[in-house]
Amino acid sequence: MIVNEQVAVDHGLKKDEYAKICDLLKRTPNITELGIFSAMWNEHCSYKSSRLHLKKLPTKGKKVIQGPGENAGVIDIEDNDAIVFKIESHNHPSFIEPYQGAATGVGGIMRDVFTMGARPIANLNSIHFGSPQHKKTKNLLRGVVHGIGGYGNCMGVPTIAGQTSFDSSYNGNILVNAMTLGLVKKDKIFYSKAAGLNKPVIYVGSKTGRDGIHGASMASASFDEKIEEKKPTVQVGDPFTEKLLLEACLELMAGDSIIAIQDMGAAGLTSSSIEMASKGNLGIEINLNKVPCRETKMTPYEIMLSESQERMLIILENGKEDHAKKIFDKWNLDFAVIGKTTKSKKIELYFDKEKVADIPVNTLVENSPMYDRKWKKIKLPKKNKIKKEDIKHLKIIDVLKKILANPNVCSKEWIWQQYDHTVMGDTIQKPGGDAGVVRVHGTDKAVAASVDSSAVYCWAHPLTGGKQVVCESFRNLISVGAKPIAITNCLNFGSPENEENMGEFVECVQGIGEASDYLKFPVVSGNVSFYNQTKDQGIKPTPAIGGVGLIKDYKNMITMDFKEVDNLVLVIGKTEGHIDQSLFARTILDEKNGPPPEVNLFNEKNNGDTLLKLIDNKLIKSAHDVSLGGIITAVAKMCIKGKKGISIKKPKYLINEIEYLFAEDQGRYILEINKKDFKKVADILNKNAVHFDELGTINENELYINDKTKVTIDELSTSNKSWLKDYMGK
Amino acid sequence: MKSSVITFPGSNCDRDMDVALKKFGFKNKMVWHADAELPKSDLVVLPGGFSYGDYLRCGSMASKSKIMQSIINFANSGGMVMGICNGFQILVETGLVPGVLLRNKYLEFICKNVFVKINDKKNKYFKNVDNEVLEFHIAHNEGNYFCTDDQLKEIEDNNQIAINYCDENGKIEDQFNPNGSIKNIAGIFNREKNVLGMMPHPERMIDASLSGEDGSLFFKNLINNLK
Repeated sequence: MIVNEQVAVDHGLKKDEYAKICDLLKRTPNITELGIFSAMWNEHCSYKSSRLHLKKLPTKGKKVIQGPGENAGVIDIEDNDAIVFKIESHNHPSFIEPYQGAATGVGGIMRDVFTMGARPIANLNSIHFGSPQHKKTKNLLRGVVHGIGGYGNCMGVPTIAGQTSFDSSYNGNILVNAMTLGLVKKDKIFYSKAAGLNKPVIYVGSKTGRDGIHGASMASASFDEKIEEKKPTVQVGDPFTEKLLLEACLELMAGDSIIAIQDMGAAGLTSSSIEMASKGNLGIEINLNKVPCRETKMTPYEIMLSESQERMLIILENGKEDHAKKIFDKWNLDFAVIGKTTKSKKIELYFDKEKVADIPVNTLVENSPMYDRKWKKIKLPKKNKIKKEDIKHLKIIDVLKKILANPNVCSKEWIWQQYDHTVMGDTIQKPGGDAGVVRVHGTDKAVAASVDSSAVYCWAHPLTGGKQVVCESFRNLISVGAKPIAITNCLNFGSPENEENMGEFVECVQGIGEASDYLKFPVVSGNVSFYNQTKDQGIKPTPAIGGVGLIKDYKNMITMDFKEVDNLVLVIGKTEGHIDQSLFARTILDEKNGPPPEVNLFNEKNNGDTLLKLIDNKLIKSAHDVSLGGIITAVAKMCIKGKKGISIKKPKYLINEIEYLFAEDQGRYILEINKKDFKKVADILNKNAVHFDELGTINENELYINDKTKVTIDELSTSNKSWLKDYMGK
Repeated sequence: MKSSVITFPGSNCDRDMDVALKKFGFKNKMVWHADAELPKSDLVVLPGGFSYGDYLRCGSMASKSKIMQSIINFANSGGMVMGICNGFQILVETGLVPGVLLRNKYLEFICKNVFVKINDKKNKYFKNVDNEVLEFHIAHNEGNYFCTDDQLKEIEDNNQIAINYCDENGKIEDQFNPNGSIKNIAGIFNREKNVLGMMPHPERMIDASLSGEDGSLFFKNLINNLK
């Protein structure tokens, strides 16, 4: 095939990018080389629109062993233990083929983690669908949930937490973000940097097929009506092979044979070989005839661009080939020496004894395009004033029941019951709480993880929204008694070529950066997914934050279920009555304008740190952060989980009851304490200048405000638990 | 007491079973599926997981593993063999216990705590368990037990049903059946009751911080019965 500008454009490259390639090579690339450039220079692999802004994120900290740039981030959890974790998107493929798209998303992120030598110990996910009324939503939801379960369950890694939302902005572009945590010894972490000359380059895992060719390019473009034709670009997952690959890799890693290892994810053999060479400042020579292929007559182009799953590239020490091969044979996996490291600093590919590609590595990596895209600043919207006549007819209990049954608040049990969340025998907090918690096997330590996003806040004001998501993650970890350590982010946005979408990206990233800097909650890994848009319609900006924290003694873990009748319930953090962009405003008043709640980083940090002190002093019986739906929704969930009631007394504020109960002011938590501890708790809160209200007392089985405003917990539980099951027809 | 846990390609509850057996005093060995010889054992466990990816039919490939012939011989000579979840699926494929396991009624994987009623205590697995009802944990996609009418009659005549899904008070009703199994069957014996296949995972119920402790009752009792 003759390569020209049109062929390059068909590969998703811009005309000036093609000119740059010809210029860098000082010749016209052949088709294999063009394929390689298109794979390395697309948005998904090159981060060409986002790099400039991502640089501003805080990525360092005392506990950070490895920040962004490797397969995943690594943090120190003491005693020579480390946690490897990352979140990644698989949005585009999941919309086209929900089961395989979601499954391979889960498979890909687990591979990123065990590539570094860590055994995966927990999976999480953040999934977002269109309006429940949209004709595709139900099938997409079912397919994605089955896909996530299908892969994670087979791997034997528990899925411990997640987040699901519905919003019409995802009608044409769903989001599927998967996160994995792995456990590794600090002195046994593996990296992808090649080193040494003439070292064997080894291919292990599944055979290469024609699936997923140009998957990364597909994920770097918007959707249109021809989307169904993109099905062949979706990879097909084989969790069984991945389980074997995991065990085989960990077995090989126990010795000292491996110099560098990299999984073949987006852009397959192309990006894995080039990344290893680039990091090691070396060249790599590959004989493509040696690559194990699943199909006959595959061309160099297809072999290099296939995104077949469950494959790894390893650079071994000389002489370790037989030892390594024995391990992969035992696990029935392909093993092939396909090339070697060279000093050429080039990627040189041979096929049928001919050289089919010859590209300097730096042209693909350092010289890849970087854009300073135009972006538009989004002003803080003006506040709305709630009109008294709009709310005076509202009955609190009716509103509460509606909110508890809202698709974005309701119980997601139908989803997480399909995920094995107990395998490995260390899940001490299962899905449905503020964060999932797993014990570090055989120790008293536990790791908490949560994944959060607030698309509505980010859409209303990206800077505030970006900050808020980080704070929410911080709060969710603290609510289970964990000290927050670091985050991973999955930045889901529309087209970077659209100034407004780009503005949303830039300002969300700025907000994330400010909050993570202030909270000492650095970003150690992440992923950007642009072009979540169909024609001109982009999604609401949806940065998802995966937070990880440590509980030193798992017996001190906190859960959100109310524990004992007569205990006192407090709210910490001040309630100003911020209704704009709250679930109450949007769903009950149908008011979509106004600013999101303000984020005060000082209060976030101070309230969170103080709560950790209370927990350390064993003064807290249960805790839950206040988020969607405000105080009363948070309290209702604690009642439902604990099968207890609460008698609420509204504190003597100047704001009215509805504003007090449904406002979504930030930095707040609900706490349950024993009455006899009240003075101790109040002293600590006062000493640290943390505002608190006494909200009420726990009773047997009723949410009680006054004789006219009361409801049984059973009734609230039914409201909360039925929507999703009814929707899915079960 | 010596136990052996078999690891097949795709087993993923083998470590959890190892942890549980050791916790309650077994000297456990992990045995690779491609080995021919079974180490001297008082109990052999086929653990849960997705042997061979469940790709052909759950358990069918694993039932043809090299180690299985010595396990079948061991069982036929009265040795104690317990299959949990995928292990149960492997047992039905070998024919050591009757019946088959179909996909769950709602075609969905289910992971949750369930209650099971002990149907028969005249065997080494459940003899001397004080409780009538145990809280166990299930995590499976194909746990819907099925057999022919003739088989069912034989199973019932021989008292081969080990446990049935029920509520916390031991009531066996359709609404407490998580997967559509005939007669709420959660576990079944061979005729001699030395082989037990069950869907629930007792090894996930050995710690109050996790799902609960009724698995501890089961294992403590089991090792005492084997002594």
